[in-house]
Amino acid sequence: MAVEVKATPTTEVETEQLLTGCEAIAEAIRLADVDVMAAYPIRPYDGVMQAAAKLIANGKMDVEYIVADGEHSQFEIVKHASAVGSRVFVGSSGVGWFYAFEAIAVTAGLRLPVVAICGNRALDDPGAFGTEHNDSLAVRDLGWLLPWAETAQESMDLALMAWRVAEDKRVSLPIAIGLDGAFLTHSQQPVKVPTKAAVDAFLPKYDLGDRLLHPDNPITIAPQVDQDWLMEIRRQNDAAMRKALTVITEAHADFKRIFGRGGDSPFLDEYMTDDAEVVFFGQGTLALPMKVAIRRLRAQGHKVGLVRLKWFRPFPTQEIVKSLTRFKAVGVIDRDYSFGSPFYGGVLYNEVRSALYSQTKRPTVVGFIAGLGGREIEQPMANEIFEKTMAAGRGDLSVGDQCHWIGVRD
Amino acid sequence: MTTTQAPVAPAQQNTSTDITVEVVYRGIFQKTLAQRICRGVVLAARKSGHPGTAFARYGDSPERNGVPAKQFAVVAADDTQLEASMARYEPSVVDVTVAVDDTLVKGVESWAWYGRQPIWKPTKADGFVIVTSDKSPDEVLAQTDKAERPYTLAIVPGGASFAGLWVYKDDHTDWRVLGAIAKVAPEWLPLQQVKALVREQTKDETAVASVQFGHDATVFRPVAVGEGTSGHEVLQFEKPGWTTMRPGIVVDARKPGERNPFYKKYGARTQRPVVNFDTCIKCTMCWLDCPDECFEVTPTGHYEVVYEACIGCGICAQVCPVKDCIVMVDELKFDENQDKWQLWQKDRAAYNAWFEQKSGVSAEPKSKAAAAATGGDD
Repeated sequence: MAVEVKATPTTEVETEQLLTGCEAIAEAIRLADVDVMAAYPIRPYDGVMQAAAKLIANGKMDVEYIVADGEHSQFEIVKHASAVGSRVFVGSSGVGWFYAFEAIAVTAGLRLPVVAICGNRALDDPGAFGTEHNDSLAVRDLGWLLPWAETAQESMDLALMAWRVAEDKRVSLPIAIGLDGAFLTHSQQPVKVPTKAAVDAFLPKYDLGDRLLHPDNPITIAPQVDQDWLMEIRRQNDAAMRKALTVITEAHADFKRIFGRGGDSPFLDEYMTDDAEVVFFGQGTLALPMKVAIRRLRAQGHKVGLVRLKWFRPFPTQEIVKSLTRFKAVGVIDRDYSFGSPFYGGVLYNEVRSALYSQTKRPTVVGFIAGLGGREIEQPMANEIFEKTMAAGRGDLSVGDQCHWIGVRD
Repeated sequence: MTTTQAPVAPAQQNTSTDITVEVVYRGIFQKTLAQRICRGVVLAARKSGHPGTAFARYGDSPERNGVPAKQFAVVAADDTQLEASMARYEPSVVDVTVAVDDTLVKGVESWAWYGRQPIWKPTKADGFVIVTSDKSPDEVLAQTDKAERPYTLAIVPGGASFAGLWVYKDDHTDWRVLGAIAKVAPEWLPLQQVKALVREQTKDETAVASVQFGHDATVFRPVAVGEGTSGHEVLQFEKPGWTTMRPGIVVDARKPGERNPFYKKYGARTQRPVVNFDTCIKCTMCWLDCPDECFEVTPTGHYEVVYEACIGCGICAQVCPVKDCIVMVDELKFDENQDKWQLWQKDRAAYNAWFEQKSGVSAEPKSKAAAAATGGDD
C-alpha cells in the first residue's frame, strides 16, 4: 500500500500529546521510520495496531503494514523482513505471544534485531485481560532483551532506545518491551513527542552489513549445525547479551543528551532511597501505587523507598548489588509467578536473591506476589508489604526468606 | 580398546577392557541388517557375562536412502568399563569396522556432513575392516583409501544385502557377518556363543550354519601402511571458535551457477550413470529430472554428469528415452570423479571404448529407424 506522506515541515517542534502507552509506541514507530510491521489482534497489544493504522490512514506514516493470519506468521514475517534489511516492529500479548513462541525463540538465535512489545496480560485459561508478566518472562532465557516501562512517556522512550540497542552490531538481539495491560497500554498520559530530526540524531540507519540476505550477498542463514557448532553459537549469544549492558549505557547517555530525559541510571529508577532503610523492588506500573504508599509512609516517619527495575534482560547485576546492599531489607514485588520455584517465589524475587548471594553485607529479601491478573494494588496491600518488609529488616524470620501472597482472598 | 588388565577374566585370554564394532551401511535399506549385527554382538557377548550397548549414530537420523550411516556395538569387561563408552554419539576409535556394501570402501559421508572419510578412519592400528563383497580382497583394497595404519581387510562372501528389510527375503548376511566378527575377535565373541545365540533366536539350524560359514569363508588380507588408492579426494576444514565465527548463524552461500566445492554427495553412490554422447538426442530430460541438478550443459548442447554431485539415484537413466544412452554402472569400477564430455569431444573412439568397457553395452549408434522408434533424432 503506497501512502503519500506529507513532507515533514522544517519548523517541526517537539509537542506534548495525551497518549496511551500503545499510542506512544505507534508514534515511536513513525519517528523511527520503521519499514515493516506485522500485526495480529489481541488485547492489550492491539492498541498499537489501531494507533499505527490510524497514523497510516491519516497520511502521517509510511510503513509496510502486514496483517498476518496468526501470531506465529506475524513474528515470522518480521524475522524475515529483518534479515533482508528492514527495520521492523511487532507485538503481541499473553497466549498470542505464546502462539508465536517458535518464531520468538529462533529470532534470538538468529541474532535479528526485531523490536516488539509484549502488552503484558494474564495467560488464558481462565480468561483475563489484566496484566501479569509471565508472557514476557517466558522468553527470559532465550536471548531477548526485556525492558519494562512505567509510563506512556517511558514506553516511547524505551521504544526509541530499543531500535538503537537491538540493531547495534555488538548486540544484534531482539527486544520485547513490557507494557502493563490496561494501566499503561490503555491509559492516557501527557507524552513529549520529539522531532524527527532529534530522533534521527539519536537513531542510526539499520545496517546488517555482510549479514544482509540479498542476491548480491549470497549467504545461508541457520543451516543444520549439530553439536559441532551449536555451543559456539550459544556462546556468541551470551557475549552479545553481556555486551548489551555497555550498549544500553551508551544509548542511555546519548538519549539523555539529545532528549533531556531518562533518569540517572539506565537500569534502575530509584525513588526516595537516599536515607531509606527498606525499599520495595519491582518493575512496570506497580511502581505507581507503591510511590503513593511511600509518600504516605514517609509522612508517618518511615524511611522507605522504591527501586524500579527498567531492564530485566540483561539483568543489571552489578547495579542491583550496588543499590540494594545499602538497605536492611528489600521487598521484591512480583507481578508474576513461578510455581514450585525456590521459596515458591516470583521470578524477580529469585533473580534478586541470586544476584545478592555472594555479598557479605546483604539485605534480607522478602518476596511478594501481588497484582496478578491485573488486580489493582491498593494501599492496604502496600501497607502489608511494607510491614512485612520492615519486620524482615528487624530480623523476624517468620517473615523473611519467604514469599507472601498479597491481596488474595483466603 | 585400552590395554589395561580386565578385572573380570572373560571366556578366553583377553587383556583388553572393551571392544567396539561399527557397522557402516546404506541408510534405511540396510538399517535392520546393521541393527541385527550390532545387537547380535552385544547379546552374544552377554553370554560371557559382558555388558554391552548398541546404538545408531544420531546424526544419521532420519536416514536417507543409500546415504552411508553407522551403528555401533560396544562390549566391555564390566559395567564400569562400559561407562567410558556411554553417552556418546560416535566412538572415535573402533576395533572392528564392518561395511555391508563394498562400495562403501570408497569413503563414508553421512548426510549430516562431516566430510568424506576413509572407511578405516576410526579403525585402530592392527584392527579389522570386514567387508561383505563378491570381489577379491585386492579388488576391494584397490578402491580403499591408502592405509595410514596397518589393518587386516577381511572379506565375507556376499553382496550388498537388504536382509532384514521387511520387503526383502532374508539371506543370512547378519549371521555370516557375526561369524566373521567371531573370527576376528574370538576373545569377546567365541564362535560357539554366537552360534548358541542364533540357535536360540531363530531355532533354525541353517542360520547357525551361516554363522559357521561366515566364520570359515572369511578371507584375511593384511594391509600395510601405504596400500590402497590415493585417488579419493581428501577434504579438510577447520571449525572456527565463537570469536571467529560470523554472528547470526551465517555461512557463505553459492553464487548463481556456482557449485559448492565442499558439498560432495558421491558417498551415497553404489552405481553411477555413464552417458553415450553419440546417441544422446539432447532432449533435456536427464537435466530436468535430476533431483540433485547434476547435469551441466556442454557447448555442444549435450548433458554431462558432474560426478561429485551425483548420488547415483538412477532417475536420469530411467527418464532417458534412448535405450542404453545413460547406463548405470557399479561404482567400484571407477576410481575417479572426472566429468567425461571433454574426453568424448577430444577422442570419440577412446571415449566410446571406455563407455563400452565400463557399461558392457555397445556404444554404436542405432540405425535411424531404431532411433526413430524410440522417439530419438540422431
